[in-house]
Order: sequence, then C-alpha cells, then structure tokens
Amino acid sequence: MQTILSVSELSKTYDSRFQALKRINLDIRRGEIFALLGPNGAGKTTLISIICGIVKASEGSVRVDGHDIVADYRAARAMIGLVPQELTTDAFESVWATVSFSRGLFGKPANPAHIEKVLRDLSLWEKKDNKIITLSGGMKRRLLIAKALSHEPEILFLDEPTAGVDVNLRRDMWQLVRSLQASGVTIILTTHYIDEAEEMADRIGVISKGELILVDDKAELMRKLGKKQMTLQLQTPLPLLPPALAAYQLELASDGNELIYTFDAQGERTGIVALLEDLNDAGIVFKDLHTTQSSLEDIFVSLMKEAK
Amino acid sequence: MNWHAMRAIYLFEMARTRRTLLQSVISPVISTSLYFVVFGAAIGSRIDEIEGISYGAFIVPGLIMLSLLTQSVANASFGIYFPKFTGTIYELLSAPVSYIEIAAAYVGAAASKSIILGLIILATAGLFVPLQVAHPVWMLLFLVLTAVTFSLFGFIIGIWADNFEKLQLVPLLIITPLTFLGGSFYSINMLPPVWQTITLFNPVVYLVSGFRWSFYDAADVGVGISLAMTLLFLAVFLAVVAWIFKTGYRLKS
Ligand SMILES: Nc1ncnc2c1ncn2[C@@H]1O[C@H](COP(=O)(O)OP(=O)(O)OP(=O)(O)O)[C@@H](O)[C@H]1O
Ligand SMILES: [Mg+2]
Repeated sequence: MQTILSVSELSKTYDSRFQALKRINLDIRRGEIFALLGPNGAGKTTLISIICGIVKASEGSVRVDGHDIVADYRAARAMIGLVPQELTTDAFESVWATVSFSRGLFGKPANPAHIEKVLRDLSLWEKKDNKIITLSGGMKRRLLIAKALSHEPEILFLDEPTAGVDVNLRRDMWQLVRSLQASGVTIILTTHYIDEAEEMADRIGVISKGELILVDDKAELMRKLGKKQMTLQLQTPLPLLPPALAAYQLELASDGNELIYTFDAQGERTGIVALLEDLNDAGIVFKDLHTTQSSLEDIFVSLMKEAK
Repeated sequence: MNWHAMRAIYLFEMARTRRTLLQSVISPVISTSLYFVVFGAAIGSRIDEIEGISYGAFIVPGLIMLSLLTQSVANASFGIYFPKFTGTIYELLSAPVSYIEIAAAYVGAAASKSIILGLIILATAGLFVPLQVAHPVWMLLFLVLTAVTFSLFGFIIGIWADNFEKLQLVPLLIITPLTFLGGSFYSINMLPPVWQTITLFNPVVYLVSGFRWSFYDAADVGVGISLAMTLLFLAVFLAVVAWIFKTGYRLKS
C-alpha cells in the first residue's frame, strides 16, 4: 500500500534536556486509520506537533506525500489538518468566522458551501453565529474538528478526539471518522481509550517513553498477542485444585464453581485436549464451557508492563 | 505568497478592533481631547507661540505621534501575544504560511489601526485648533512609516513577552517616557544646551520633529535626518524580526 506520511529516525530533546522522542520510524499508509496508543507523557503529542510544524525536530526527518516538512513546508502543511489535544479557541469569535478563518489561513479561497457542509456534519450548523465562549466542551471539540476540516486536508490528526466527550457523541465521532476515511482522508489519532482504537483503527502503534515499541495491524496484533481463556462451569463446586492438574495453572473462580484455563491462541498446542482428558481422569465433571479472547486493553496493559 | 492567509489574519485582527471599538478608538480620542483641554486651552493660553505657532497647534503632531507610538506597540504586541497566551497559535504554526507573511499580516493590521487612529485624532484636533498641513504627502509618509515601524516593534515585544506584565512593561517604561521627553509638548530648543544634546539620543525626537515639520515647516532637526532615523529603526526592527523567525525564538520549542 502507498505511504502518505513517512517519519524517519525522528528524535526530540526539549530545551529542558528531556528526550521526548527516540529515533521514531513510522510509515502511515494512504487512507488508513492509525491509532497511536501510549500512556501520559509517552510522546504522542510531541510526535504530532513535530509533523504539523509546531515543534522543531532535534534529529530525523518527516515527509508528507514526498514533501519534506521543513524544506517544503507549504506543500506538506497544506495537506494536513490538526485537531489539538487542548481545547484552544478564541472566545469571542463566532463559529462561522473562526472556521472560515482556518480555511483562509491554509491558503484556500473562501467556500461557504464547504464550510456549511462541515458545520452540518458536525452538528454545529445551528450554532454558526454563536460566540465560541457560549459553546459546551463537546461542541468546542467539534469546532476544532470543523476548523481542521475547513481546508479539506488529506491527512487528519486527532489528538485525543474523544477526551471529555459523552458516550453518544463518541459514537458520532467514530461515525464521522469512518465517513472521513471513506472519503479518502488518512487519519491518525491518539487515544487513551483502547476500545476506541480497537473499534476504529486499521493499524495500531504503541509508544512508551518516547519509543515506538510496536506497530502492527490491529487484527494481527490481537491474533499475535491475544490470550484466550476457557471457562468451565463445574457440576459440583471444587474446594481446591487437585495437584494432578497443577501443570495447567488453572484458576478457581466463583467459589469453586468455575475453572479458568488461560492459553496462548497462537501456541503450537493449546493443551485443551490434554486438559479435558486429565479432568476426566480426576473425576471432575463440567456442565458448560466457553472461551473468551483478551481485548486490546489487556494486550496494551501487558505490553506496558513489559516496557517498564 | 499565501495571500488568503494574510488576508485572513489581517481581517481577523481588524475584526478584533471592531469588537473592542470603545477601547481602541474612543479612548484615545477622549484622552487626546483631554490633552487639548489641559495643555492647549488651560496651560497653552499662558504659553507664547513656539516658532510662530500657537501652543495648541504646536502640540498636535506630538499628540498624534504619542498615540501612534503607543497604539502601534500595544496593538501589535497584543495581537501576537494573545494567540500565544490562549494557545491558538498552534494553528498559525501549523499553517502553510511563511513567517514573513505572518509578520506582514499582523504588523499591517496593527499599523492600519494606528494610522486610522492618527487620522481620527487629527480630525479631533481640528475641532480645537486651526489646522495647517504644509506637506501633506510627507505627513502621510511619516504617519505610515512610524505606524509600521512601531507595529514591528510591538510585534517583537509580543513574541518576547511570556506574561502580561512584560507586555505592559516596554510601552510603560520606554515608549511613554521617551515620547513625553521627545519634544511632543515642547521644542527642544527651549531646553538648556546640555539637555538638548542628551535629547538627541532619544529616537522619538526625530519622529516628532519630522512629523511636525510636515505640518508647520519648522523642525528641531533636519527633515532628512528624521526620515533617515525612521528608516534606521525600521531596518533594525526588521532585522530583529528576521532573527526571531530564523531561530523560532519563543515560538517553537
Ligand atoms: N515544551 C516542552 N518542554 C519540555 N518538556 C516537554 C514539553 N512538551 C512536552 N514535554 C515532555 O515531553 C514528554 C512527552 O509529552 P507529550 O505531550 O508528547 O506526551 P503525550 O504522549 O501526548 O501525553 P498525554 O497522553 O498526556 O497527552 C512529557 O514528559 C512532557 O513532560
Ligand atoms: Mg498528548
């Protein structure tokens, strides 16, 4: 697939001598939704800020559709829309004026029809003449998205787009992101909500302490790192585990009514057949069983533990 | 050139003026009128003519300069400081605009405002004293050059300042004293010789003198020197702005 954004050997050391990014290499594919996951202070915003021209890189380079972000900043930046993490807006401007301003700033001639469409898509049309200060937090977030979309960018950065947004609005936001993707926009978002990445992303990157520790297709990631669990509902509760089954590292749950077996879905052998035979030999009878797969959240938590 | 961006910034800044009309236009007009009442009418009636000009008329160019300098610096410094303060500067930094375009738009807007203001004050002065402009083209030239030069200065201050105090500091501690001591309200020929020499180190003297010459054909220093000094300040401030943009000073971490 075609690369639209290419980050190579990018490092950032702030004036405070703090190294926020360490030799990041990352290629974003045209048209994908890429989720950047990482704990607070990992360097997500720093990475986005460098790509967008707000922070200077210490080393390395970034190309946007072949345009270097320093040497050829006009072409590079014209392609990018940015929705920042912080809700930074002018208080006294009207919604319409501020969105139109953004379009002009990015070098596009006025186009009221496009601005209207963007505002309608974000349910801000009714508010178009309101002063920004009168908007709620969620509306301001959408306003920042409208500003970023005002100049028809090909790449959209969303730095924690759903922070402080209620559940319904979050679903609307996801919907919007999908429809943007359908219209050909490449989307890079950061989030703390892992279900959000799980729900939307095509690929996921995990960043921790300034290092990109993993980049993979979401499905691949879940397949590779996902653990499966099998839960057996017992006929009669078991007070404790028979020593004969120690090798399986089983857990007893629900006051001895459930046995939980965790196995690696990718392993050569899952051990299920052997377990069932051994259970039979031990005279343990179960009435039901089901398996579950670990969520991205579990994967993420275990990755973070490893990184520490 | 990203003309759309420059236009957007310029219009945005002008819209801010419209929203704060009271503060940006009416208050300087009122304070100018007060100067006329106090200096022109009350005190001025007891002062002889200076270089053949009535005192009330004599102070008109100085008063306009006073407003022009303070307002140019205030408008331009606030214009660029405020986005830094609120954080909306992210948009400016991420836009496909060059620093030259950013500076031109902000400085252009601030200068436009103070030029308009200068003309309003001139009209206000006309209500109090009979006006006479000997060299209208020169008058406009000095007006525009000074407005642009000191808007650039304000722009620099706005970038340098990282709190509101610093933003007020330079206008309060430098611009106002220099203007008051720069012959706005008197001819430097009225000072004792030592002070005349010291005063020549005050850059505002040249601005006021040249501007007053365009009105009354009488000046403390030659008009050529005034023009040269104004252009020198312009060049110095342009150089500083160029340096700021080259290094990203206080704009990018
Ligand atoms: N201007 C700055 N000067 C010095 N250090 C900074 C600056 N900006 C960010 N940092 C530091 O760089 C690190 C990465 O910050 P960054 O904002 O990129 O993290 P993040 O992954 O976006 O975190 P969060 O999830 O909280 O938004 C942090 O330790 C932060 O303190
Ligand atoms: Mg962040």
